[in-house]
Amino acid sequence: MRGEPVINVRNLTCAYGDFVVVRDISFEVNEGEVFVILGGSGCGKSTVLKHMIGLYEPAEGSVSIHGRRLTGAGERERNEILRSFGVMYQMGALFGSMSLMQNVMLPLEEFTDLPREAREMVAVAKLAMVGLDKFAYNLPSTLSGGMQKRAAIARAMALDPGILFLDEPSAGLDPVTSAELDELIRSLSRNLGITFVIVSHELASIYSIADRVIMLDKQTKGIVAEGDPRQLREGSASETVRSFFNREPAHHADDGHCPVPAEEGA
Amino acid sequence: MDGREGAPSFAEMVGRKTEAAYNDLVDSVAFAGEIVANLAQSVRHPGRLRWKDILLACVRVGVDSLPIIFLIGFLMGLILSFQSAVTLQRFGGEIFVPNMLGLVMFREMGPLVTCILLAARSGSAFAAEIGTMKVNEEVDALNTMGLSPTRFLVTPKILASILMAPLMTMFFNFAALVGGLIVMISLGYPLVTYTSRVFQNLQYTDFYGGLIKALVFSILVAGIGCLRGLQTRSGASAVGDSTTSAVVSGIILIAFADGIFAVAYYYLGI
Ligand SMILES: Nc1ncnc2c1ncn2[C@@H]1O[C@H](COP(=O)(O)OP(=O)(O)OP(=O)(O)O)[C@@H](O)[C@H]1O
Ligand SMILES: [Mg+2]
Repeated sequence: MRGEPVINVRNLTCAYGDFVVVRDISFEVNEGEVFVILGGSGCGKSTVLKHMIGLYEPAEGSVSIHGRRLTGAGERERNEILRSFGVMYQMGALFGSMSLMQNVMLPLEEFTDLPREAREMVAVAKLAMVGLDKFAYNLPSTLSGGMQKRAAIARAMALDPGILFLDEPSAGLDPVTSAELDELIRSLSRNLGITFVIVSHELASIYSIADRVIMLDKQTKGIVAEGDPRQLREGSASETVRSFFNREPAHHADDGHCPVPAEEGA
Repeated sequence: MDGREGAPSFAEMVGRKTEAAYNDLVDSVAFAGEIVANLAQSVRHPGRLRWKDILLACVRVGVDSLPIIFLIGFLMGLILSFQSAVTLQRFGGEIFVPNMLGLVMFREMGPLVTCILLAARSGSAFAAEIGTMKVNEEVDALNTMGLSPTRFLVTPKILASILMAPLMTMFFNFAALVGGLIVMISLGYPLVTYTSRVFQNLQYTDFYGGLIKALVFSILVAGIGCLRGLQTRSGASAVGDSTTSAVVSGIILIAFADGIFAVAYYYLGI
């Protein structure tokens, strides 16, 4: 535990219409820590993340960031809260018609009154931080998936937010690039004190970056484990958790590892 | 959840469809309100508009569609004149073809066909573009950056359509008149007769009435295109569904609005 809680999730239930994805979960994220949300595919990690950043309204419960709730906030308060964090989406979500440079400069244009040269300098600096300054004038479609993800991180950092939400930053990257990305996250967390909320299922990177993890489960629609990942591997009581950390298929049938087609797009 | 078990009954299906239609109506009204608020804001702060996006959309909506506008307009003028000339010739009345053509094109067919073309070309393109951005989470990214998708994606497209549709309608009418001219010249009438006859019983109100129609149709078509794009769900076929729905809904809206215009113009004496 490093600092004060900056994000408070209380009794959150996430649902798409009638289809409940997770039910009644509570946790908090402390200042400056790297917090990882784990779980099998389709268990609702992205859904929880999207509820935390206010894209969806909770079916029940609440999320507050720095003690303020996004749902029901007025426009000014909403913009203030939104500016306190940056988001990298699972698919990058760079604007396809703009170069990397323009992508990173967009938030600067909209929210600061920096002159053009200063904005460009900031954008290049952010791209250099993820090793993409040579590609500043490329369109996203001309880059590999991993490069797009790194560019998306640069864009999320454009306004120097205190919190970064990353949805599967290292999925689809080769081990070397993935390790570089972990190093980047660690150094940002150490040097700038940025709080990270990361969705991941890459065990190697979880061990190297995570201060604390929670693990979601599709069967119980809740949190099955919480704490330090190294301790969870050794001493968890739950078989689902141990099998996840030891990369073995769980023994009980009908586990969350095989997606159930009937529930897709419910 | 219960609905998943077995086939839904007829009553259940009717209920669901009705609910979906009602929700769609509510969404459309809310969206229309948002657009109006955004347009009003743009009028007050024109500096906050994204002029580059608007110009780009103008090129896509207007300039790029000129060939098809000219082609369809020309063919409609040609065919309409030729067919009516053949019929009217029996009564020696083919001299009235230009009068009819001018009136029909400027009042009715010009705005109608232009905006149906707009729905097919640009309404669908709007839905596809915004739908793809929705699927790629780009719309979510705009939202969490505190940038309104309406201001960023929708307003430029609607403004471009509003600016372009009346112009496109005029080009369409012009092309139709050229088509009619060819028929009349081949029947042996001189150019002067044709032009003077076209404008003989065409009033300025007919001209303006047509352009106002085009303006309203274009707002409907562009608006529903953008709305369908924003409503895109996830999945491979989702963008395709949105584009189809954008064109169909656009044409239905045009048909409704045209009916309302017919009644309104009748009572206003236009
Ligand atoms: N927009 C949506 N509408 C309806 N259901 C959805 C929607 N998005 C996701 N779901 C459903 O919610 C469940 C959780 O999805 P989510 O994307 O949160 O999973 P995830 O844990 O991020 O998986 P992955 O690791 O594959 O990214 C899935 O069963 C999915 O089908
Ligand atoms: Mg996900």
